[in-house]
Order: sequence, then structure tokens, then C-alpha cells
Amino acid sequence: MEHETKQPKAPEPFRFRTQVHLRELTGLKAKNIKELLYHVKTVPGSVIYHHTHHFLQQHQFLSPEPPNDFAYWVTEALNETKLGERLASINICDFSSIRAIRDQIAGIIENYLSSSKGSLKEANEGEEFHLMKSVSFVFPTPYAASTLEEFRNALKKISIHSLYFHIFEARLRLESSSNDFTSWFELIGENELARKMLKLDPYTHTMERLREKLIRFIEDRLSKIAKSESTTGVLPSEKRES
Amino acid sequence: MAGLKDYEPVAGPQVIEELRFIAEKTQGLQVQNINSTAVGGGVAEILNRMVPLLQELGVNARWDVIKGGERFFKVTKKFHNALHGKNEDIQPDDFTAFLETGEANRRTMELGGDVIFVHDPQPITLIQEKEQKKAKWLWRCHIDVSNPDQKVWSFLRPFIDRYDGSVFSAPAFSQELPIRQFLIPPSIDPLSDKNKELSESVIGEVLNRFGLDPEKPMVTQISRFDYLKDPLGVIDAFEMVQRRVDCQLVLAGGEATDDPESTEVLMKVRDRASANPDIHVLAIPSGSDIEINALQRASSVVVQKSIKEGFGLTVSEALWKGRPTVASAVGGITLQITHKYSGLLCHSIEGAAHAIKQLLQNPDYGKKLGENGREHIRQNFLLTRHLRDYLLLFLSLFHEGDVIHL
Repeated sequence: MEHETKQPKAPEPFRFRTQVHLRELTGLKAKNIKELLYHVKTVPGSVIYHHTHHFLQQHQFLSPEPPNDFAYWVTEALNETKLGERLASINICDFSSIRAIRDQIAGIIENYLSSSKGSLKEANEGEEFHLMKSVSFVFPTPYAASTLEEFRNALKKISIHSLYFHIFEARLRLESSSNDFTSWFELIGENELARKMLKLDPYTHTMERLREKLIRFIEDRLSKIAKSESTTGVLPSEKRES
Repeated sequence: MAGLKDYEPVAGPQVIEELRFIAEKTQGLQVQNINSTAVGGGVAEILNRMVPLLQELGVNARWDVIKGGERFFKVTKKFHNALHGKNEDIQPDDFTAFLETGEANRRTMELGGDVIFVHDPQPITLIQEKEQKKAKWLWRCHIDVSNPDQKVWSFLRPFIDRYDGSVFSAPAFSQELPIRQFLIPPSIDPLSDKNKELSESVIGEVLNRFGLDPEKPMVTQISRFDYLKDPLGVIDAFEMVQRRVDCQLVLAGGEATDDPESTEVLMKVRDRASANPDIHVLAIPSGSDIEINALQRASSVVVQKSIKEGFGLTVSEALWKGRPTVASAVGGITLQITHKYSGLLCHSIEGAAHAIKQLLQNPDYGKKLGENGREHIRQNFLLTRHLRDYLLLFLSLFHEGDVIHL
């Protein structure tokens, strides 16, 4: 049973937005690592963004930790497993800008090229790496929340694209180390929730799992609030909660 | 005919809700689709469903078909093959015939609206009306042009280059072009007769009608009788399998009205199959959707051993039905099948035979692949995703930049 609690109320409601992508091809392709490196260094940021992020949405049910396209191609098409592993282990969560991700990928490939003495492996015909980008469309949804409870309810209803937008897109495209949910939790004084959210590595969860986890964080917090109200009538402080 | 609401149980309510949001921004937009055939083939099939759904979403969509004689369609078939990389004898008068029909259509066809959406090469020359019509022009290429015959491609290029944008079905089909290129794979309609759930009795009745043994494992390829679908290669692979496993092969397909070559291929296939009573060659009229659906559902393994493939929607259809599938690693098929995860990919007749045998002998493995395949199709290749991409495509013609706030 859900009941009225003295939850902190936001001065402005959190308005959920969502985002969908349309993929745009560049016509550029690479058939070996050298060509890939050239493109990684020169293509627009939206291309790097696409190849490091689209897996999250498109194959999100496949595995909780999808590789980026570069790692996948280098491993599967070129059979360069060592380089593939290094590229796959890039923790995208550590970077707050596309530029930084691009530099990291280019750096890894450059190091590999300078240390490997063998000749360049070529992809078979039809297995070249095709560079593309995403055009993002951002639009409002009817969901908004002024309290934690409303926030939790909305989280249950929004699409995974909306979830994706507030967690991933905000962080990278807006070049911020935080994400929209964390910022809002801070705004309403829910610093512990904000901390938990920030600590979560969203790249190692499927989108549905991420949704579940977030809902659980909030529900834990809500039941603490309810419990504390029923015993003391006072909201539990951040310190006591942690 | 099914409306948007009917897709909710299959695609999910959030997907439909999202479509309605986006469509608020495309209300009243006039979109004219133009292709070369009203029936037969994947393009007509998609437009048949897409146009009414776009209309339900408030887009003023229409669909017109260009006219052409036998000579024209013979040439466009040659173009089609050549764009797929096949060696074709194309003479200067073929180009002339193509241009003449294009010109005749340009004179007679009523063009208009905000977006003129031209499908495939047949109506491509309509772009010459661009100066007269204040519309955005899109060219939608449904063909695998990853390695096109240069003679035909360079003939088409001046027309392509004048469009405002182009659409391709798979990343490998893109070329360096001066215009924007969007990636929009096609889709299947989960509620159509070809893909909806069928009762056991309907399936049994279809098997009975075609004289198929319901007890014998069935290997099936559904496709037009076309060299690019390699039906003879399928027979070779099947006969390799047959040495080890008792099974039957079904090669079933109809004829598209813009494809005069299929009669010739069908004859050759019948001839090749005549000595083997376990091979059933079924030329069924186009529109026999329930029959196709039943054949796919009754199959132990579905094969799509194409040499080239625009996209390969028959693979999506089979996966959607949870069928273990063996398909060539060409064109859009690699977008649908992740090898050993949602099906098996092959590169040769021997490879196909090996994969078919593996699936016939390990039904549990096949079942798992089929389940994964169905989920992949649900997420990425249903009509609802396709509709969304088209709405976004139209919007992108009227907005600049990589991030568009609606």
C-alpha cells in the first residue's frame, strides 16, 4: 500500500524526457587497424558516440556488458584478440566527454600498432567496419515527479529510451560527470540516493536491470522514511541513513 | 486491418506511446511513396502496412506505382542483378528503354506533398521533377549495393546525387555520396497473415494440401525463384544432409510481377529436384501468406542461402516464429543473425549442409537459437520500429544537427 509520506518536495518537478535515435551512415569504412585509427581520429564526435553506445540500446537484452563496436570488430573480423580485449576493457563510465573516449581508443590502437611487428590483418570482403553516427531526437514525455514516490512511479512507466537519455546521454553529450537523476536527488536533498546513483556503473547493467535497481534504491529510501515517520514523526537524516 | 493499438501486446505499450509522441510532430505531413509494383516482393509488402499506419498516426501518406512494360521490367531486373554485383549484359538501348519509361511516368504521374519518397531504382528518374516540386526528395534503396556493377551504378549516380537524402537497409550498402544516408532496416509485420500465430489445425491442413509428411523433419527455404537465392545450392546442401538424416526439403515461393527471370529459374529447380521424392518445389501464388506462415512454422530448420540479399526479411519471419535458422552471411542477414547466438551463418553449400545437420540433430540447441532470434526481432525488426524510423527520417529533413529537440 502506498501512502502519503513527508517526503522532500522538489521546487520544480522532474520532467522525464526521452530520446530516440536515427542512424546515419557516413559511407566511410575501414578494413584494417590503420584505417580504423585514421577514422577514429578524424570522424565527428557523434560517430564515436554511436559506436561506443548504441549496443546499450540495441542489444541491451543480449549481455549486461556489451562491448563497443571497435572492440567487437577488431576481435571478430580481424581476429586481433589482444587489441580487442584492450578496447573492450575501456570503462566508458570513467570519461565525461566524447573527446576523452576518442583519445583513449586512438591511444590504445596506436600503442598496439607501434608494439606489434606483424603485418596488418585485413577484414574479409563484406566484413569491413562501417562508420556511422546517431541523430538524436529528444522530446518530453507526459511523466513528471515532484516527490520520490512520484519519481518511483514514473520510473516504472517510462521507456528504456527515456531511462537511457537521463543516465547516459545527459552525462556524455552534456559533458557532465553526473547524470540527470543524480542532480535531481541532490536538488531535493536526497544526497544518499544521489551518491548511490553516481556509484552505480550503468554500463554493466541491462537497461531493465538498471530500472529495477533504481526503483529498489528509491523504495528502500521510501520505506525508511515511512518507518521513521511512524516511530518519531521525523524524517531520517542523511547521516543516520548511511 | 490491424490498427496501432493491436501492436501493443506484441511490441509493448511504451513503444506505441513513443510513436504517438513523435507523430505529434509530423501531423498532416504529406508523404508520397512511389515504387514499381503493388504486389509481390518485400517493398510492396511493407508499403501495404506502412501507409495505413502512417495515416493512423496523422501523416498524410499515399502510395503510387509507376507504370512500365515488359521491356522496362526486363531492364530493371538486369539493373537489379547488376547492382547486386552479378555480371549482366547491359546494352545502350537498355538504358534508353529505362529512361523512356521514366520520362513517360514523369509526364503522367501526379507528384506532390512535403516528402516524395522514391523506392528502388525503377522510379529513380522522377527526381528530374525536383525543380518543379517544392518537396524533400528521398531515395530508398532496398538493394544490396555493397559491390555494384559500376556501369549501372554510375548511370544511376547523377539521379541519386540530386535527392535530399537516401536510405539504405544495411551499413555495408552505404557508399560515399554527397547526400545524407540513413540506415533503416526493413521490418516484418507481426500481425499480418504471414506472421501471426496459427493453430495446429491450420498448419496441418496446409501440410496436407501440399502433400508434406508431418512426421518427417522439414527443411524449408521460402523465396522467389531467383539465382540470387541459390535454390540449386539449397538442393545440393539438402542432399548432403539427407545422407545422414531422414528429412524433406520444401522450396516455396511466388513470382513477383516485376521479375520475369523467375519462370526460368523455377524450371531449372524443378528439373534438378525431379529425381528426389523428398524435395517439394512449391510455386504458390503471391499473397499465399497463411501457407508461407504455416510452412515456416512447421519447419525444423529454415534456410536462406542467398548469394546476395537486400535484407532478407524471410530470415526475420523465421526468427520471429522461433525457428532454428541457417542463412548466408550476406547483406542484411548479419544484422539479424549473430552466429551461434540467434542462428547459424554459412558461407558455402558445405557450410549450410553442416549447419542444417547440426540443428536437425540437436533440437534443444536449435530451440535456444530460435528463442534468442525471436527476441532480437522483437527489439529491432518489427514494423513499429520501422514506423518510428520513418517518422524520424521525415523530421530529420526539416531539422539541422545531430541533436534535435522536439
